[in-house]
Amino acid sequence: MSNKENQLNDLKEIRQLMDRSSRFLSLSGISGVAAGVCGIAAAVFTHFYLSKEGLRNTFESYAFIDIELEKRVITNLLLIGAVTLLLALASATFFTLRKANKVKQKIWDNTTKRLFINMLLPLGAGGIFCLALLHHQEYGLIAPATLVFYGFALLNASKYTFDDIRYLGITEIVLGLIAMFNVGYGLEFWAVGFGLMHIVYGGVMWYKYDRKG
Amino acid sequence: MKPLLNGFDKAFENRTRLAIMSVLMVNNSIDFNTLKEMLDVTDGNLASHITALEKTGYVSVRKGFIGKKTNTTYTATQEGQKAFRNHIDSLENFIKNID
Repeated sequence: MSNKENQLNDLKEIRQLMDRSSRFLSLSGISGVAAGVCGIAAAVFTHFYLSKEGLRNTFESYAFIDIELEKRVITNLLLIGAVTLLLALASATFFTLRKANKVKQKIWDNTTKRLFINMLLPLGAGGIFCLALLHHQEYGLIAPATLVFYGFALLNASKYTFDDIRYLGITEIVLGLIAMFNVGYGLEFWAVGFGLMHIVYGGVMWYKYDRKG
Repeated sequence: MKPLLNGFDKAFENRTRLAIMSVLMVNNSIDFNTLKEMLDVTDGNLASHITALEKTGYVSVRKGFIGKKTNTTYTATQEGQKAFRNHIDSLENFIKNID
């Protein structure tokens, strides 16, 4: 091996070590696709549920007249949201664990901790913000707000994993902001942001990083 | 050959030492075992290279405890970070100039 190749190899190795020790690279593209499928399924389900309650076109833009109905719908929506979150997290964790095993990266190390902390801070703030919206009965702004804060969380966490997450974050923020001005279409924006975008970015990441592995 | 190697740092001639510095550049501090796993080297090997880097003043060592177990963490000093950057720069220059 020539001297030049030697030095090139050194540089390559340095780069890999820096990446491997500071970024969480086990995040699987399939995780994103799985989470996206959960998102779309939940959006479709919610659509039918709201139609059944006779709310589809008025929900989010008008206040409820019937307090009983309001209570029931909000409780059920929160329930759907919680179940979706659990399913999405579970499937994302499953595929990521599988990939971590394959690339032999430990699942719980410094990089994971940093990723989680940096993601949870904006996400936690966003969660409380959305609870406040719920409290003030500003239902129409909740879906857009979740998108914006989720985007911030991704943007913040992207330093510790693949760069693609950064662009996913920006996409979610932009979608959320547009949705803010289109109250009443929260569910549609939500389906695009949490469903479609996860599938698109997950697919791209799978194609870029996981395909060969 | 010689003039090209001007910026090369003797402390980084060894691959393991260069690898240790690479990891420390992007992590505030890192403990012995994590470093060992990442570089895939033996205890003794890692210890001797870290000691060498400590002697040149490129790495600082902090000994602490987690419960009763010792937990030693390593950090790159400012001097070490500067030396590492210089070394990488000259590596790049070397590669550029060769063709």
